[in-house]
Amino acid sequence: MANKERTPFENPVVEWVDSRLPVFTLMQKEYGVFPTPKNFNYFWNFGAIAMFMLITMIVTGIVLAMHYTANTELAFDSVERIMREVNGGWLIRYIHMNGASFFFIAVYIHIFRGMYYGSYKAPREILWMLGVLIFLLMMGTAFIGYVLPWGQMSLWGATVITNLFSAIPFVGDGIRTLLWGGFSVDNPTLTRFFALHYLLPFVIFAVVFLHVWALHVTGSNNPLGIDTKGPQDTLPFHPYYTIKDTFGLLVFVLIYALFIFFMPNALGHPDNYIPANPMVTPAHIVPEWYFLPFYAMLRAITFDIGIPFTDIVFINAKLGGVIVMFGSILLWFVLPWLDTHPIRSARFRPLFKIFLLILVADFIFLGYVGMQTADAKLFGVVPLIYLGQAATAYYLAYFLVILPWLSKNEKGRELPASINEAVLAKNK
Amino acid sequence: MTTIKADDVKRRDFLQLTAGGFGIVGVIAAATPLVNSLNPAKDTLALATTEVDISTIPPGEGRTVTWQGKPVFIKHRTPEEIKEAEDVNLALLGDKEIDSDRVKRPEWLVAIGICTHLGCVPTGQKMTEARGDYGGWFCPCHGSHYDTSGRIRKGPAPKNLAVPPYEFISDTVIKIG
Amino acid sequence: MRKSLLTLMVLAASVSSAGLAQTAMAATGEVHLEEQEWGFDDFFTGTYDRAALQRGYKVYREVCAACHSMKRIAFRHLADFGYSEAQIKNIASEYSIEDGPNEDGDMFDRSGRPSDYFPSPYPNENAAKAANGVAPPDLSLIIKARHDGANYVYGLLAGYEEPPEGKELAVGQYWNKVMPGHVIAMAAPLSDGMIAYEDETPETVDQYSRDIVEFLAWAAEPEMERRKRWGINVLIFLAAFAGLMYCVKKKIWKPVY
Repeated sequence: MANKERTPFENPVVEWVDSRLPVFTLMQKEYGVFPTPKNFNYFWNFGAIAMFMLITMIVTGIVLAMHYTANTELAFDSVERIMREVNGGWLIRYIHMNGASFFFIAVYIHIFRGMYYGSYKAPREILWMLGVLIFLLMMGTAFIGYVLPWGQMSLWGATVITNLFSAIPFVGDGIRTLLWGGFSVDNPTLTRFFALHYLLPFVIFAVVFLHVWALHVTGSNNPLGIDTKGPQDTLPFHPYYTIKDTFGLLVFVLIYALFIFFMPNALGHPDNYIPANPMVTPAHIVPEWYFLPFYAMLRAITFDIGIPFTDIVFINAKLGGVIVMFGSILLWFVLPWLDTHPIRSARFRPLFKIFLLILVADFIFLGYVGMQTADAKLFGVVPLIYLGQAATAYYLAYFLVILPWLSKNEKGRELPASINEAVLAKNK
Repeated sequence: MTTIKADDVKRRDFLQLTAGGFGIVGVIAAATPLVNSLNPAKDTLALATTEVDISTIPPGEGRTVTWQGKPVFIKHRTPEEIKEAEDVNLALLGDKEIDSDRVKRPEWLVAIGICTHLGCVPTGQKMTEARGDYGGWFCPCHGSHYDTSGRIRKGPAPKNLAVPPYEFISDTVIKIG
Repeated sequence: MRKSLLTLMVLAASVSSAGLAQTAMAATGEVHLEEQEWGFDDFFTGTYDRAALQRGYKVYREVCAACHSMKRIAFRHLADFGYSEAQIKNIASEYSIEDGPNEDGDMFDRSGRPSDYFPSPYPNENAAKAANGVAPPDLSLIIKARHDGANYVYGLLAGYEEPPEGKELAVGQYWNKVMPGHVIAMAAPLSDGMIAYEDETPETVDQYSRDIVEFLAWAAEPEMERRKRWGINVLIFLAAFAGLMYCVKKKIWKPVY
């Protein structure tokens, strides 16, 4: 089918291959001449950066897997052997370890971009939902990956998180046992987590493929949030955005390298350099930084939900926390239907912009709360738990109340006629 | 869009070539440690010696020990076997080596027990095993025959059994590697 | 330009919030650690002091090794201290290593080789626990396994005090101002003059502590010097590459505007 529209290539080898399997035509169409809005800012780099991080993680991960042993007796030692004896092993492990953090940094910025410029709105709902799915898969992969070194945080993080599943009514205990393969987090758990940690990145890769496919059907959103109206609004992807993405990527990698080589353990926890001990829980267990806001929302639910002044409880605190934590991400799936305002970009929605930036601050604050002990107080006075509850309430209200309300009531500013006009006006 | 001037194109070409060069250097630099990590690790290399007590091996018998993960044949040769090994007409050999170059002490032959054809372990270490037509070792995979000096005499193997580096620490202990 | 600044700010914010995480974590410990100056701590150019490493190893060997294992360190690793192969062979041969089983199925002792790892003082963790009440931790990773590890270990060794008025300590318990909870099962291990140094280095608890910390820091991160050296090269390369790409980008985009 595609053969009919094919223009022949000059190089005879390329032409020979392409006339049989039009991969070059495909690349040319999707990454060469692909029309891309000409007004991207640097926020649009983070998709490519996330892609780079995924590939980095897969490549270093495969090499690490060749040296790693998934057995509770040997896992910690095998990781230390990578650090000390394998040629350049410390470098590969530090790239992988910090890579998880930098993958999340790139993806969080990418998600923020999507929220700020309304990239989730029609016709890009499926593109957005695939992105949320990727984020969920990343969280799962990162969590089980953190278990593999079998340090104290590995064991106790895994214990706490797998115990969350026991909150689910009726089937919870069964699910937990299924995850454990025993009576606690132990050797069977570690072995299956390793298998899953190897598998999931390829699942992510497949969903990323769908994500990019969906992107190339609808085309990219842009900082103005208005549709492209013709060739005057776009540029071919290559060389304009290949070059710009490479530049942005290099700046990102520069900061990433600063961590790898000069503070490789700054984002980790010292307790994970103590071999796992099922008899002793560390004094203060915290998840990795990228989970902290969600961890704070989990801990914010300290109360049962039921009929007041009776003993009737519908949802106990444990289940409530789990629902809020998972719900806080699942809400993103329906974001396109919570925010139905016709204007995409926050540039033309002053009220929306304020509430969204508050949400970002709220989310970072939740991360701070998640890092502290359960009984911590802000400035030694205000119990953090209440502030965490307030922050959780704002988070939920933003999606469930503020966005639907703004959709109906915010007027918004006048949109420019076209991308080209806006670009020309700006450069006057 | 404005038209691109000729000197613009030139400068772009130069810049892009340099950038491309940087890219290639970067990719190679990143790939090197990944590939190098597949080489033997430092602890693997450090364990590259094995010490063996040979006082308990009677004449005519052999002992197989592990060195660098490979079987090493230590054979206590009888006077007849030594004579056989020494008297061979070099012209008959595929891989011409005299016996005295292959041993440090004539009673003891030390050789890596891996057939030089495709890597099987030949039989012949025990009295009960097949030793081939030349009284040394016989490789069951593709029928290579080795003599009492571990030299290839018949069959597809191209070379004699390799002699590992070793030394006699005392009359009863040898160190391989 | 404004937008690229915004991007950088976002990046900086993510990085600094991560930094905040560290300080906040450190702040949750109840004890205050005094910041010491360590040559290996220098951000870009940290190196280990070879002489201090050799002295620190002597302190470990003569004092700490009585109770604390360091099972991830092999004699061959001591090459990092500037020892020659012959010196390392010599050091290793001074140790007795259990090997086996031999052909009769028995374990036997032989003298150490460079490829051997430091022998542990106790055959297993239960034996360590039985002898000490609490199993003394392995020291191979101790600097990385504690918040602010170098200052912590130094502070701990120098932090032994009489318990405050009214505090009763059980037998086998000691008071240390740096230990979380202040009660520690290890008696003050060092005293002035207990280890003889071969040169003029002062034989004081303070100097012993500094040397042992240097040695343990190396044991936890033996790759550190090479890591930082490579890091400098990588940063220079990336900065030059990024600058170059910026020029390419500007050139290519010029006709668009």
